[in-house]
Amino acid sequence: MPYNEKVLDHFNNPRNMGSMDKAARDVGTGIVGAPECGDVMKLQIKVDDSGVITEAKFKTFGCGAAIAASSLATEWLKGKTLDQAGELKNTELAHELALPPVKIHCSVLAEDAVKAAIEDWKRKNAAPAETALATEEMQGKTKT
Amino acid sequence: MAVKTPIYMDNNATTPLDPRVLEAMMPYLTTHFGNAASKNHSFGWAAEAAVEKARQQIGQAMGASPKEIVFTSGATESDNLAIKGAAEMYREKGNHIITATTEHKAVLDTCHYLETQGYDVTFLTVDHTGMVSPEQVEAAITDKTILISLMAANNEVGTIHPVAEIGKVAKKRGVLFHCDGVQAFGKIPLNVDETGIDLLSISGHKIYGPKGVGALFVRRRGPRVSLSAQMHGGGHERGMRSGTLNVPGIVGLGAAAELAMQEMPTEGPRITALRDRLQQGIVSQLDQVNLNGHPTQRLPNTLNLSFAYVEGESLMMRMKDIAVSSGSACTSASLEPSYVLKALGVGDDMAHSSLRFSLGRFTTQEEIDFAIERVVRAVRELRELSPLYEMAREGIDLKQVKWK
Repeated sequence: MPYNEKVLDHFNNPRNMGSMDKAARDVGTGIVGAPECGDVMKLQIKVDDSGVITEAKFKTFGCGAAIAASSLATEWLKGKTLDQAGELKNTELAHELALPPVKIHCSVLAEDAVKAAIEDWKRKNAAPAETALATEEMQGKTKT
Repeated sequence: MAVKTPIYMDNNATTPLDPRVLEAMMPYLTTHFGNAASKNHSFGWAAEAAVEKARQQIGQAMGASPKEIVFTSGATESDNLAIKGAAEMYREKGNHIITATTEHKAVLDTCHYLETQGYDVTFLTVDHTGMVSPEQVEAAITDKTILISLMAANNEVGTIHPVAEIGKVAKKRGVLFHCDGVQAFGKIPLNVDETGIDLLSISGHKIYGPKGVGALFVRRRGPRVSLSAQMHGGGHERGMRSGTLNVPGIVGLGAAAELAMQEMPTEGPRITALRDRLQQGIVSQLDQVNLNGHPTQRLPNTLNLSFAYVEGESLMMRMKDIAVSSGSACTSASLEPSYVLKALGVGDDMAHSSLRFSLGRFTTQEEIDFAIERVVRAVRELRELSPLYEMAREGIDLKQVKWK
């Protein structure tokens, strides 16, 4: 796949790669995608008392575009309020990275990951009991 | 250690032209430009003589008579001519064709086309190594069966079918046997009489010959096979394939076939050793690497591995100095992971994680060692980046996770 320089840059030098403690109350975690589809993104945000994202981390299983889109998303998230972060659009990511049409779904997935992380943070900070269950489910510890 | 990059390890896709083949072709691209069908002057005679020599070389390489070789534009055309040509010719005898799910698209799509024309096609399933058994073939034969089309070796995983046993079944039941020999021809012995193959497709550019040329072996005795032409015109190639012969291409195919047969006794063991060194070098340093295809009944140059928790396209990008291919959806036009790996029962997740290394005549040990180092490093880096690897290390069963 012939990629734009920006994709290659993010792919070769991923920003904010890593993990934060997903049990921490100030950390929101979004995991989207599925191994069978070839893309899984985990995106985490740390939010301070004033509702500003101070830190963002990601890990991605997926193609070059998926890795680049999630790396770019974490860069954009830092310093944003939760409301601002919620407005992040996949089209902005796709435009910035000049993604080819077949790779647009990677930017959609990154947007979903951001939304899922925000939701997780909100859920945690609203009702702790529910959070624990939701997190366990996501980790596959809850047998169905 | 000076290794020239990028390194080419995608020889099942195509091979470079061997300089000796180019040398054989050169006169026919320049001074000997005649049309092999021009019967009345020396230009035509020179071209015709060159084509006949190539026919001889190719016949010899597969144990066939030169008269049984029909030149085509490549193996896709050879497969089309064999399957559609036989299906049309023997339509009165029956309308049933047997093939397998792991065949090349040139065979599968031709069979799908025939289904729209009133033919019945049985697509045999393969076992987890990619193998079809002679018993399966025999069980699928009905009194309407006119053709069996099964490849000698698979392009993606390298699994070698029991061609001789399948040929025996075909002979016993009086059914024609077409074999796509593109990947096997020139790499392992493939003799049409020993295997009972009636129609054999081969390609130039997979054996260090030029692109745009191939051939189809069409048996003339025991049984004499007739094909309905798919290309109409001047009646070239005994009426089976009209069109001015690609003389330089044909000369190249002939030279390439002869070279491949000459070098097979030394090249086979050499390339097997390199392939095994690559496999050992990788699996000894990384966990959770699966071999796709048959462990032993496999082309000497082919190694298809799945690296759990890492996606194929990003893996290729990370080891960008090495040219390989992947069964990941992200590398295919269809956005579907490899149908061959799927047919072997490899899960979609592991198909996305697959790489195919196909070595060639010009692969060196230095390149293998360089590739091992690069692959191992790239997989480790991407696993560090992989949420799946992290989850697996935490003891989470990924199969139990409800993915969103």
